[in-house]
Order: sequence, then C-alpha cells, then structure tokens
Amino acid sequence: MIALLIAAPLLGAAVLLCGGRRLDRAGHWIGTALAALSFVLGAVLFAGLLGRGAEDRTLVQHLYSWIPVEGFQADVAFRLDQLSITFVLLITGVGSLIHVYSIGYMEHDERRRRFFGYLNLFLAAMLILVLADNYLLLYLGWEGVGLASYLLIGFWQHKPSAATAAKKAFLVNRVGDMGLSIAIMLMFTTFGTFAFTPVLDGVGKTGEGTLTAIALMLLLAACGKSAQVPLQSWLGDAMEGPTPVSALIHAATMVTAGVYLIVRSGAIFNAAPDAQLVVTIVGAVTLLFGAIVGCAKDDIKKALAGSTMSQIGYMVLAAGLGPIGYAFAIMHLVTHGFFKAGLFLGAGSVMHGMNDEVDMRKYGGLRTYMPVTFVTFGLGYLAIIGFPGLSGFFSKDLIIEAAFAKGGTQGWILGGVALLGAGITAFYMTRVMLMTFFGEERWRNLPAASPDQPDVEPAADHGGGVPHPHESPKVMTVPMIVLAFGSVFAGAFFGIGERFVHWLEPVTSFAHGHPPVAAWVVTVATVTVMVLGVGLAWAQYGRRPVPAVAPRGSLLTRAARRDLYQDDFNHVVLVRGGEHLTRSLVYVDHTLVDGVVNGTAAGVGGLSARMRRLQNGFARSYAVSMFGGTALLVAATLLMRAV
Amino acid sequence: MNPVNYLYLAALLFTIGATGVLVRRNAIVVFMCIELMLNACNLSLIAFSRMHGNLDGQIIAFFTMVVAAAEVVVGLAIIVSLFRTRHSASVDDARLMKL
Amino acid sequence: MNTVAAYTTSTGEAVQFWILGTVAVLGALGTVFLKRAVHSALSLAGTMIVLAVFYLANGAYFLGIVQIVVYTGAIMMLFLFVVMLVGVTAADSLKETIRGQRWLALLCGLGFGVLLIGGIGNATLTEFEGLAAANSGGNIQGLAALLFGKYVFAFEITGALLITAAVGAMVLTHRERTERAKTQKELAEERIRKGEYIPPLPAPGVYARHNAVDVAGLLPDGTPSELTVSATLRERGQIRDVSSQAIADLRALEQRANERLERDPLEPPRPRRGGSTELTRAEEAQQ
Repeated sequence: MIALLIAAPLLGAAVLLCGGRRLDRAGHWIGTALAALSFVLGAVLFAGLLGRGAEDRTLVQHLYSWIPVEGFQADVAFRLDQLSITFVLLITGVGSLIHVYSIGYMEHDERRRRFFGYLNLFLAAMLILVLADNYLLLYLGWEGVGLASYLLIGFWQHKPSAATAAKKAFLVNRVGDMGLSIAIMLMFTTFGTFAFTPVLDGVGKTGEGTLTAIALMLLLAACGKSAQVPLQSWLGDAMEGPTPVSALIHAATMVTAGVYLIVRSGAIFNAAPDAQLVVTIVGAVTLLFGAIVGCAKDDIKKALAGSTMSQIGYMVLAAGLGPIGYAFAIMHLVTHGFFKAGLFLGAGSVMHGMNDEVDMRKYGGLRTYMPVTFVTFGLGYLAIIGFPGLSGFFSKDLIIEAAFAKGGTQGWILGGVALLGAGITAFYMTRVMLMTFFGEERWRNLPAASPDQPDVEPAADHGGGVPHPHESPKVMTVPMIVLAFGSVFAGAFFGIGERFVHWLEPVTSFAHGHPPVAAWVVTVATVTVMVLGVGLAWAQYGRRPVPAVAPRGSLLTRAARRDLYQDDFNHVVLVRGGEHLTRSLVYVDHTLVDGVVNGTAAGVGGLSARMRRLQNGFARSYAVSMFGGTALLVAATLLMRAV
Repeated sequence: MNPVNYLYLAALLFTIGATGVLVRRNAIVVFMCIELMLNACNLSLIAFSRMHGNLDGQIIAFFTMVVAAAEVVVGLAIIVSLFRTRHSASVDDARLMKL
Repeated sequence: MNTVAAYTTSTGEAVQFWILGTVAVLGALGTVFLKRAVHSALSLAGTMIVLAVFYLANGAYFLGIVQIVVYTGAIMMLFLFVVMLVGVTAADSLKETIRGQRWLALLCGLGFGVLLIGGIGNATLTEFEGLAAANSGGNIQGLAALLFGKYVFAFEITGALLITAAVGAMVLTHRERTERAKTQKELAEERIRKGEYIPPLPAPGVYARHNAVDVAGLLPDGTPSELTVSATLRERGQIRDVSSQAIADLRALEQRANERLERDPLEPPRPRRGGSTELTRAEEAQQ
C-alpha cells in the first residue's frame, strides 16, 4: 500500500517521460490522475492510521533488501507514521492541486507532457524522502528531488537565465548533499546502520561530540535543501522555473525537506544542544534575511521567494528549539504549504493575465479584473501575515511563543527576532498586495511591447502591447480556491485544542514551553507588530502612488535588491577564491612540480650531452678513465692507511 | 740491497706498461704492454714469496702466467680476425659502438 | 745466490739488480716508445729475459726457466708471428689522434707510479726470511706439492681455461665456408658468361719490359697491367711503375731511327722524362 503510494507517480513519470509524443495530448491528464491517485491512497492510509491507537500508528513496510553486504545492510523499507503521513498528505494534496493548476498554466507549452513527467518524478522522489525508513533511502529521495528541482527550474532551458539558475540550484544543493552523505557515513561508523529506529534509539549510548558532528552535517544538508543561510542563494534564482514549480517545489514541499530531516532526526539534535543552538541561529538569521530581501524585490515571485525563505527560517528556528518546537515547525510547514502555494498560484494567475509580466511596479489595481485571484491571494496574504483566526496566525504565534520559551537571553533574542520577522512579513506582504491589486493601473502606460518578453505568444488572450488583465480559467482558479480554504481553516483546525501537536506527539515528542511572559501577551505583541507592519506598508505604498520605475532607494534597499549581496559574497569568496586557488595551484604545478620534473630531465639531458663526449668510442680513452680511477683508489687506500 | 728494490722495479715496469696501453694505438703493441704489466706483477709476487719465505707467491705467479698465455692466445686471435676484416690493427679503428 | 739473508742480499745480487734493472726499464720503455711493432716485441723479449734472471735470483728457479721457455720462447714468438702476419713494416705513427689522451695518460701514469712507489716506500722491511727453508726439498718439488695439493682445484680450472682459450682462438680465426668451392670448369663458364676478361689472367711479368716480378707488365697500348704484379707486392707497396719509362724509351728509339734515316720528325720531340726508376709507393692508390 505504501509502496503503491510511491509507485503511482513514479509510474506516471516513467510513462510520460518514455512515452513519446503520442502521449502529448493525454499526458497531463495521466500525470494529474496518478498524483490524485496517490493522494487518495494517502488519504486511505491516513484513515487507516486514525483507526489505530495513538502509540500504534507506526507502520514499517519492508520491501526488499537493497544493498545486502556484510555489515552494510540497506533495505528498501518504508515507514508510515504520523509525521510521514502528514507530509504525504501535504505533498500529494498540494501536489495534485498544482497538477490541476498546471493543466491551465502550461496549456500553451509544447513540452507540457514532459513537464508533468517531471512533476510526477518530483512527487515520487519526495514521497520516497518522507517515507524512507532509513537514511540511505532518504538520501535517494533527497537526490531525486534535487534532480527534479534541477529539471523543473531549467524547464525553459532556452532561457539562459533559467539554465543558469538550474545549474546554480543544483550546485548549491550539492554542498548540502555533501553534508547529508557525510552525516550518513558518520552514522554508519557510529551506529553500524542507517535505519531510523536503531540510530535514534542508539543516541543515548553515543558521545555528544559525534552527535554534534552528525547534527551539524544534517543541518548543512537542511540548509542546502531548505535554502537557509549560508546556502540560501539558489532559491531566488529558482523562480526562473514555471510558477507551478515555484509553488509546489520551492514553496510548499521540497524546501521543507530540511525541516523534515531535522524533525525526523530530532533525537540526535536533542542530544546535541550546541548543534541545536546553531540550528536556531541559522533559522533566526534566515528569517530576517528572507524577510528583508522580500521587502525590496519588485519581482512578485522573488518577493514571495524571500518570504518562503523567511517562513522556512521560522520552521528551522522552531525545529532548533527541540521538543517544544518540533510540532510547531511541522504545523507551520503544513499551513505554510497551503497559503504559500496559494500565493504562488495567485501570482502565477496574475502573471498569466499580464503577459507573463513579473514586475509588480507594472501591475496595480488588478482587483477588479481578476476577482477570484484577488480573493484567494488576499486570503493567503491574511494567513501569512498572521491575521487572527487564519492559519498563519495559529502556527506562527506558536513558534514565537516557543522561541520566547527557550528561556534566558537566548529566548529573548530568538523571540525578538521572530517577532520582528512577523512585522516585516506583514510589511512586505502588504506591499505585494498593494502594488498588485490596489493603486492606479500602471500597466496602462507601459510601452507597446515589454522588452523582457519579446516572444510572447500571439494567443487570443495574450495580445501584445498593453495587457488585458483577465481572470484565469477555472482549471487554475479552483485549486486556488481550495488552497485558500486551507489557508483560512487549517490553522484553526490544527491549532485549537492542540490537535496537531497531540497527533504528532508519539513521533516528535512534545514538551510544553513556558514563555517568560503570558501567552496572550505574546499573541497581542504579534498582532500589534503585524498591524504596525501593515500600516507602515500602507503608508508607503497605499497612500502614495507607486512609481513605475524603481527608485534608487536606501542603502539597505539596494542591498536587499541584490539579495543582500549573497551572490557577490559567493562570487568573491568562493568563485574568485576558487579561481585564485586553482590558478595558484596551476602555477605551482607548472613552475614547481613541472619545473622540478622538467629541470631534472633537462639537467640529466644536458649532463648526458656532456658526458656523451666522454663516450668517444676509443677504447684507449676508456682505459685512461679506468687507470685514473685505479690511481684514485690507490690514493684513497693509502690515505686511509695513513690516517 | 734490500729486496724491496724488486718491488720498486715492478712498480716502475707496471706503470710504464700501463702508460703504453694508453698511448699506443697498434693493438699488438698494446697487448705487449699488457704482458709487460703482467710480468711486473709476477716479479712483485716472486719478491713477496721470497720475503715471506713460502712458495705461495710463486704459485700465484705461475697461475698468472697460465692465464696470460690463455689471454694472449685469445687476444691475438681477436687481433688477427680484426685485421682480416678491417685491414688495420689500430684499436682506434675499432669503434663501431660509437654512435 | 739464495743466501739466508736476514736484512740484505749479497753484493753480487745488488750489482746484478742495478745493471739488469736498468736494462729491464730500458726494454720496457723501448716496448712502449719504439715505432715498429717488431722492435717493440724484441725489446719486450729482452725485458722478459731480464725478469727471468730476477726470478732465478729470487729463488724461483722453476718460474725463471718457465719465463724463458714459455714467455720469451713461445708467447713472444707468437707475438712476432702475428706481427709478421699483420705486416712487419706496418709502423703506426705515434701522432696522437685523441685530444688530450697523451697528456692524460702521462699524468695518470706518473701519478700512479708515484703513488705506488710512495706506498712501497712507506712499507718498511726490516728483515725477510728467504726461501732457503721453502726450497730445501727442491723448488720444483715444493711447487708441485703446493700445486697438486693446496691449489689443485685452481690448477684444474686453469686447464679448463687453457682449453677454452684454445677453442676460442680457433673459433675466432676460423672462417666457415658457407658454399661449395667452384670447380675450374664453373669458374671458366662464369667468366665467359660475364664477358669481362675471357682469357686466363696473365702470369706475372708476361708483358714485362723488365726482368723483375715487381714490374708491371705492359698491355699492347703501353699501359701497365695491374694483374701482372703479385698482390702481395702491391699490398706492401713494392711495385715499380715503368710505364712512363717504357714510353720514353720507345720515343728515343723512334728518334734514333729518325736520325739514322735522316727523316724530319713529324712532331717536335717531347722533353724526356727521367727519374722514373725509383720505387713508388702506391699506398694511397691501393687503399
């Protein structure tokens, strides 16, 4: 049953990618149907789990022995428990919705069949990742989603920027993968196995140093996959992919794999407090980093990408807090999956109606033209800023409380950062909202053809020149509506009565945090900060008209536009450094190594050329040498006797 | 007279012979010089025999003579065949090994 | 002669040493520096005889005799034989062809000699035993006892060595005939087929105007025939070229005839060429 869950999208990927052109017309239906089948299977399994007792909800299915080597036993075994079923439902549910959405969004793309194949491949890999019963199989899924992500970011491979972005995502992810593989190797040498149960149970018998090393390597892996500082730079560029990809992979599912890894390995992190501290720091830094970047971007998708980074920062922060945070991290992950996917789909819908324009400064006043998009996007917006009652409110507020509950100075700093992040989130999301759907209709004054999009398809609803904003087809709006429902109610459903926490408790364990101030104070503070952020944004973008061309902006704005110089940093430190290193190595190789070798050869050659003169072929010459040598020997003998 | 003088004479003859080997080009003369060196050695061996008062030195000299005889036979055969093929008995002409 | 000398030898031996030692050194120098190989060989023979005397003086009677009989008598004669075979007059020029060889050789020789003599000079010999006791049972008997007792194995090996040397010398000088020798008939047929020189080779001096084997015979046109002179003489460069003399003689005969018949010479008389009776060495031409 569990295997079938994975097999469905895997089959879809195989059929769609190998099927050839004859599947072009039906390919997207096949892909969507299989994704939906997977979701149905997941739901059935979920129902099955609900029917069991709380402690009896872990199912392990051993499929076959994958790498049976003496002492190195890797099995293909799947583990279904509360944590993985949550992910399964999120992945297949949101994934299916996005499949449906893609049918409309990719309608005019010649390679739609391939796109759906890649999407199915991604689903399969992601399901392997969350269902794996050992770290090696998890690694397989981990690499699989990396591959799918690469293929989908670079899906429009004719665009050099897309190809470069795909390459960048892949390379940065490799750094994280390195961390995961090292962590797995460390695990194997320490525990002699990779299976979750023995590893996590064996933690108590292992030294803290080893555990800290493993935990830090796992964190590195999580940083790579979840775009956390310092491996965050790829996520912004990954927006070059089609918008459904951004929604599915780079907002709702794949980027959360890092959070899943940390939560799944919670026992290791619990035993390594230093590593946990690093996790919280990474989360807090990324939270602010993403939020600041999100404030400055005019590209709607990049602004949302900054937001994603920031929200995952929340999750990582929560995961770093230990048992008081794991459940909240997953809860925020799920709610975020809903509202961020909804926001991305809304952004895609806007772009769809605006000739694929992504610059928010060329939007404005769209609420009347695309009302469904406006409403769903608005609900997602309210959810993410944590408007009371919506899902973001519940999950984010719990994380902020948990951060304060960390205790001591650390707790105050982390809580403060999280609180500040909530304010900034409100600011930039309001900015996006205002620039897109309110204000004057700046797109009317645009020059005839956008220079960024020289080859817009001359379809009926894609007229060149001034865009004609219109609502997207049903196939796109329905998933948005469903996701909006999720955004609105999921938080309340999960949060009230700590239902979600109790659901996850057997797997992640749970401890009540005790914030230094009362919980309602934190909630009030959060709401206040959120209102402040909204007001600030309204003051800047709502009251005053938004210039169609970006002003120069302050130093911070400019820095944030350039992603806080992350690429420059990478370029200067890594690329230049690497170049210098290789160049100097080449230099050393050429001068020193080759010099020694060539010099030796030349020296021997030159010496031989001179010695060759001695070999003149005259026996008498040789005899002279012999005789001289004899004389020297006699002299030496006499000298030794004399001494 | 001290019999060490025989040794001086032997050393002198040996040196003259060695120099002759180096200086002369005619293979036959070179051979003669080698014989001279061997004879100088024999002289010293016989002088040693006398000094030590046993006959072992003479036995060694005897063996030297035998070996010298064998060497002369082979060496002269080489010279003859060399002369036959190259019409020259000069050791300098036999330098085919030189590139 | 073989006194039981404790310190020195007899005066007679000293006198003999100094006189014959000088002769030996002179002979050695002659071996090295005389131009002709024959002279070198003779000088070496002289040195060896002197050494034989020294052997006798040192109580090595057997070896002294062997030195004379085997070395001087056999080996040196073998040398002379080879010298004759190679060419008794073939003297090599003492001009050095390898640059610096002579100086290096002299330097090495001098240094080596000085070292040896210095080394010997360092060694002091206060007394020596002499061979009286060792030779008491007779020198040859003593040697034999050693040779067939202590050194018998080495002796046997020298036998093998000598056999090997003899076989080696035979192998080196022997030339294997790889094909059957041609009969006289075959040779004649081959000559006819080639058509180069059909009649038999002329015997030495056939066309000679001179009564000697070293003078080339003249062909009917007056040019000397190489074939009429023994190859050995040509190898040695001992051919007399008389062609120009013969032509001059012919011209003189014609002139005398003209004078007697009081005829005008048809062409002005050519100047007589003289001095052509000397031996000409034709080494270059023949090589």
